[in-house]
Amino acid sequence: MALGVSKKEKIDDLAETAGVSLAASAWKRLKRSPVFIIGAVIIGIFIVVSLLSPWLAPHDPSDKMLIDQVVKARNEIPPAQPGHPLGGDLQGRDFFSRLLVGSQQTLIVGVGATLIGLTGGLILGTLAGAIGGWVDSMVMRLVDVMLSLPSLLLAFSIAAMFARPSQFTVILAVAIVQIPVFARLLRGSMLAQRHSDHVLAATALGVKKGAIVFRHMLPNSLSPVIVQSTLVLATAIIEAAALSFLGLGNPDDRIPEWGQMLGDVQNVFDTHPHLAAWPAVCIIIVALGFTLMGETLREALDPKNRR
Amino acid sequence: MLRYTIRRLVQLVGVVLVLSLLLFAWMRLLPGGPVSALLGERATPESREALTKQLGLDQPIIVQYFKFLGRAASGDFGVSTGVQPGDSALEIFLQRFPATIELSFFAIVIAIAIGVPLGYLAAKRRGGWFDNLSVIGSLIGVAVPVFFLAYVLKDAASVGLGLPSQGRQGDINATRVTGFFTLDGILTGEFDATLDALEHLILPSIALATIPFAVIFRITRAAVLDVLDEDFVRTAESKGLTAPLIRRRHVMRNAMLPVVTTIGLQTGALLSGAVLTEKVFSIPGVGQALAIGFERRDYPVLLLLIIMATIVYVVVNLLVDLSYALIDPRIRTR
Repeated sequence: MALGVSKKEKIDDLAETAGVSLAASAWKRLKRSPVFIIGAVIIGIFIVVSLLSPWLAPHDPSDKMLIDQVVKARNEIPPAQPGHPLGGDLQGRDFFSRLLVGSQQTLIVGVGATLIGLTGGLILGTLAGAIGGWVDSMVMRLVDVMLSLPSLLLAFSIAAMFARPSQFTVILAVAIVQIPVFARLLRGSMLAQRHSDHVLAATALGVKKGAIVFRHMLPNSLSPVIVQSTLVLATAIIEAAALSFLGLGNPDDRIPEWGQMLGDVQNVFDTHPHLAAWPAVCIIIVALGFTLMGETLREALDPKNRR
Repeated sequence: MLRYTIRRLVQLVGVVLVLSLLLFAWMRLLPGGPVSALLGERATPESREALTKQLGLDQPIIVQYFKFLGRAASGDFGVSTGVQPGDSALEIFLQRFPATIELSFFAIVIAIAIGVPLGYLAAKRRGGWFDNLSVIGSLIGVAVPVFFLAYVLKDAASVGLGLPSQGRQGDINATRVTGFFTLDGILTGEFDATLDALEHLILPSIALATIPFAVIFRITRAAVLDVLDEDFVRTAESKGLTAPLIRRRHVMRNAMLPVVTTIGLQTGALLSGAVLTEKVFSIPGVGQALAIGFERRDYPVLLLLIIMATIVYVVVNLLVDLSYALIDPRIRTR
């Protein structure tokens, strides 16, 4: 079978160069796209700030250092002052530090939800698309049930299932909603490739089914998955905020998260709008950054646009 | 066509049964569960046990579920524990549904009326400043949390334009006929009530319309762009057809399919946005009931409303699928 092996390697090489050239040509186009660069810069800054935030923040975000300036009866909170550029929040904590540190949890919520949703969808979609038959029907019926509810409403319902909400239940609720989307994407891509030439060739050469799925079919399905993941990063952060707004978010606010900061101040929006506006603006900018990257990636990775 | 519709409806029944079983099991398995919800924290073990027996909660879940289905068949979905304690869940749904339909209707009309023409214009002027600006606007529209936008509109527009910042409350003294605030005024001749209701609907509908608008806009733009490149459009142009005729007969007709799909999906999904919008503007609709239900864990109400939301969502999408045949003759023959 020496000949077979060498042929298989040749096919592998071919597949790889084809993959690289699509990625390379996509990258070439992305580098020239101002929209992608704006998105990438936003997200770059966001990630750097969130990683460094514990050191960047001037104060401990959970320290109620300005509590003596909070007058509940008169609805007064600490104003901006030296050392506290944005003043304090309802509990006398330094608002600027909370905003900075909040970026970290926001990143964790976004990435965590996307990874869990992606993994679940990857497993289900690959199973359905690669095995087919009754596995496919089972998985797709499950997906149908999940898709028969508007996604945000499904996230609300899942979050309400947990008796004790926490950061983790928020991530889980947002993530589960994404599973059917990823699963459909993967399944569709697998089915489309089942009878494509490179898969037939690999099968004819006696490559094991598992190897075909993981080395030939999955890599070819990645571009829509990457695009979808980038877009999910944006929706996850927005949906987490909606969960907090409905009282389904993490009740422990010692370590802040933007969505939680925004959802928790709904009752004082009239009197202290800046407490909502700052986290909201941060969420909008970061969500926009991810969306800009996702949309330009979609265009760049679309083989139709290849030149 | 008929067979297709029937198959989809049978599927819907299956989905509703599975979903209701899941929801039902979840409600029963929760720590505390309905007994704690009804009796509160200070209940004695004896009274808890008595109520557990009385409600039949000591039986296996599947038995309880079939009993629940039996009661549900006669319209008994249980009694609210948090939204309107004591009221039947079905009553709450029926009372509140018209307000949500009304809000959703205005929201989707706004989204379509602005999104489709704007998407067409942007595609026609591809790459120009109008195109770029509206694309960026639509991307920002998706990035803004709905409830935050609702608060901003409520504060800014109610102060600046003098529009009412609260949604309509249930207890106005206009005659009620259908439950739709705007329609009732027209039917009873109380036109001021209709005007008042419309005024109250402006801000919430705009808030609810942003996301569907942004999505419809982008899909329309993309669909029109695809069609504009087609040979038949060039042919139509070269044989000298007028621009409006090309737009109507050749471009829009062919671009409509993805747009209609999106409109359907967005209409069905409006309820999730309504949960947030109705909460901000205190509109007494299904969305508000869901928001309160989630907050106070009112399981009977949540169960019914989530199932109803599923039915509405699936039926709307079925109607969209059926409308394909009207739009695209090629599908009819299949």
